[in-house]
Amino acid sequence: MLTLDNLLIEQGDFRLSADFEIETGARVAVIGPSGAGKSTLLSVISGFFTQRAGRVLWDGIDITGTAPGERPLSILFQDQNLFPHLNLETNLALGLNPKGKIDRAARARIEAALERVGLDGFGKRKPGQISGGQQSRAGLARALLRARPMLLLDEPFAALGPALKAEMLALVAEIAGEQGTTVLMVSHDPEDARVLCPQTVLVADGIAHPPQDTAALLANPPPVLKDYLG
Amino acid sequence: MATRLREITPAALASAALAALVLGALAAVAIRAGGLTGLRATDLAAIRFTLWQAALSALLSCLLAIPVARALHRRRFPGRGLLISLLGAPFILPVIVAVFGLIAVFGRRGLVNAALAPFGVEPISIYGAHGVIIAHVFFNLPLATRMILHGWEAIPTERFRLAASLRFGPAEVTRHLERPMLRAVLPGASLAIFLVCLTSFAVALTLGGGPRATTVELAIYQAFRFDFDMGRAASLALVQVAISVTALLIAARVTTPASFGAGHDRTSLPIPQLSVGAGRATLDALAILLAAAFLLAPIGAVFARGLPALPELPAMIWPATLTSLGIALASTLVTLIIALPLALAATRHRWAEIAAMLPMTASALVMGTGAFLIARPFVNPTSLALPMVLLTNAALSIPFATRILMPEIRTLQADYDRLAASLGLRGLARLRLLTLPRLARPLGFSAGLAAAFSMGDLGVITLFSDGQTRTLPLALFQLMGSYRMDQAAGAATLLLTLTFALFWALDRAGHHADPR
Repeated sequence: MLTLDNLLIEQGDFRLSADFEIETGARVAVIGPSGAGKSTLLSVISGFFTQRAGRVLWDGIDITGTAPGERPLSILFQDQNLFPHLNLETNLALGLNPKGKIDRAARARIEAALERVGLDGFGKRKPGQISGGQQSRAGLARALLRARPMLLLDEPFAALGPALKAEMLALVAEIAGEQGTTVLMVSHDPEDARVLCPQTVLVADGIAHPPQDTAALLANPPPVLKDYLG
Repeated sequence: MATRLREITPAALASAALAALVLGALAAVAIRAGGLTGLRATDLAAIRFTLWQAALSALLSCLLAIPVARALHRRRFPGRGLLISLLGAPFILPVIVAVFGLIAVFGRRGLVNAALAPFGVEPISIYGAHGVIIAHVFFNLPLATRMILHGWEAIPTERFRLAASLRFGPAEVTRHLERPMLRAVLPGASLAIFLVCLTSFAVALTLGGGPRATTVELAIYQAFRFDFDMGRAASLALVQVAISVTALLIAARVTTPASFGAGHDRTSLPIPQLSVGAGRATLDALAILLAAAFLLAPIGAVFARGLPALPELPAMIWPATLTSLGIALASTLVTLIIALPLALAATRHRWAEIAAMLPMTASALVMGTGAFLIARPFVNPTSLALPMVLLTNAALSIPFATRILMPEIRTLQADYDRLAASLGLRGLARLRLLTLPRLARPLGFSAGLAAAFSMGDLGVITLFSDGQTRTLPLALFQLMGSYRMDQAAGAATLLLTLTFALFWALDRAGHHADPR
C-alpha cells in the first residue's frame, strides 16, 4: 500500500498537498489541468523532488529519504527512458543490476522479457534503430525485469498514435496484472483512464484528491475537471 | 549523504592535487621573493613591454581580423570551409615551429626581403619588439577572425532580410547590424588575446630579448638561467601572477552578450545586396588572400625547407622525439584524470570550476620557478626536468579541457541523470556505461589539444634542462641557436607533423569511440 501522509509540495508559488492511500495492485490514473502538479506528484513519489513536509510510505515503511533507484518502484518518463548509446540488451540489463553485468542467467531473462513485449531478437539493436512504439515496449520490458511493486507512468506513451497507445496500455494492464503491480499513470486523456484505471486521482487547485471511481468521476465531473475536459 | 560524499570525492581529490601544484608553486615563489625589492630598472621595462606588446597584439589582431571575417562571412568560394578550419590550426601549432616559419618568411634572408631587395628597400628584421608582435598577430589573427566571424554568423539571416525589405544600404546595415555586433564581440576577443600574450615566453625568447623586447616571463628565465638570482626570479614571478590575476578579474567582468534575438534560419546565406560591387569584391578577395598567405606561408616554408632535410637530422633528435611523445601522452592522461572529475562536479559545485581555473593564475615559468624552489633543498632539480614539464603542461591544459567538457556534461546530466538515478546507476558503472561513452567526442578533442600543446611546448624545459635532457622543441631551439638552419627545418617539420598527427589521432579516436 502506498501512503501519502500529509504531503506538502512547494516550488516557488506552486503548492500541492496530498493525504491518501492507494491499495496494493490498484491501477490509478492521475488527471487534472496542465500545470496542476501531476508530474510533480510523481517526482516526489519516485524521489526526484523533495517535498516540503509529510511522508511517503510503502507498506508502512517511510521511503522519504530513499534514493530513486532504491525505491520500490519503476518509472517511465515522457522521453529518455533508454540510453541511446547502449543496445537494448544492456539497457535492460541495467534493470537487473545497475552495474550492467550480463551473465548467462541474466541474458536468458532479458531475452524472455524482450519476447514478452514482442521484441524477440532485438537485443543487439540500439534505441535509435527501432520505432517509438518499440522503444516504449523496451522500457516496459525493463520495468518487467525490475519487478518492483509500483509502476509510475509519466505520460510515456504521449507521443504514440492512438492505436499504438491502446496497444501499450493493454500491455501495461497485462504485465501489471501478472505481477500484481500497483500502477500510477499521469494522463491528459480521460479515455486512457477509462481503459486502464478503475480509480482516478484528481489533481487540481493545489490538492491531489484521494482516488475515486473513474467511471463515476468522468460521468459526473466537478467544475474544475469539467472545464479541463471541455 | 554518504552517496553525495562519494560523488564529490574524485573532484575533491583532483582539486587538492591541482591546488597543491599551483598554490604550492605560488607560495614558494612568494616566500622566496620576500617582496618586490629585488627588481631592477630592466625588470620594470619588462613589465611595461609585457603590457604594451599584449595590448598592441590584441588591437592589431582584432583590427586586421574584421575585414577578413567580413569577407569570409559574405563570400562563398571553394576551400572556404577548409580555410575556416585552418584558422583553428595556430592553436595547436608549436610556437617554436611558427617562429621558424616566420623567420623563413620575414627574416633577413626570407621571402619578403628577397622580394623587396630588387626595389632597393633596406632589409627588414624580424627580431625585436615588432617581431614579437608579428608572431603574436600570426597566432591570434586566426583566433580573432573566428570569434568575429562567429559574431557575424550569429546575426540571424532574418535581420538581414528585414534590412533588405527596409531598403537599407550598406551604411545602414553597418550602423544597425554590424557595428552593434562588433561592439559586443570585440571586447571579449581582444581581452582573450591580451591574456594569452601576457604570458608569452617562447616568442620573446626567440624573437625578442634585450631591454626593449623582454617580457616578464623571459625576464624570469634570464634571472634564473643567466644570473641565477632566485630572489629576483621569484619577485618577477610574483609580478607575473599579479598581472595574470588582474587580467583574469577584468575578463570575468567583461561578458559578451551579442544578443540579436532568435532566428529560425540557421544557415546563413550570402546576403545579395551586400555582396555586389566590384570594389567590395576586390577588397574581400584581397583580405582573404593576404590573411591566407600570412598564415600559410610560414607553415609552407617550414615544409619546403624541412622535408628535404629530414634524412639529415642529427642523432640527438630521436631521443628528444621519444621524450616529447612520452611527455605528451602522459601529460594528456594527467589532464583528463584531473579535468574530467572537476568538470563533472563543476556543473553543480562552483568550487570545482574555480579549482580547474587555478592554473590560469600561474604561467608556465612561474610554476617552473616555484617547483624549482621547492625541489632544490631535496634533489638536484635538473633530475626533475621531465616530470616538471609533464605536470606544468597538464596543469595548463586543464582549464581548456574543463571548459570543453562542461557544456557536454550539462547536456548529459539534463538528459540522463533522472534515468540513471531511477535505475541506481552510479559510480564506476555510471562512468563506464554512461559518462565515458557520451563524452567520447569532447574527451577526444580535449586529449588532442592537451597532447598537441604538450608536444609543442617550449617553456619549463628551458629552466630545468641541463642541456642533455631535451624535448623536441628544445632540440629545435638549440639547432636554431647554433644556426644549423637546414637541420632545424627538418626538426621543425618533424615536430609540426607529429603535433598535428597527435591531435588528429586523439580527436579521431574520440569520434570513433562515440557510440552514436
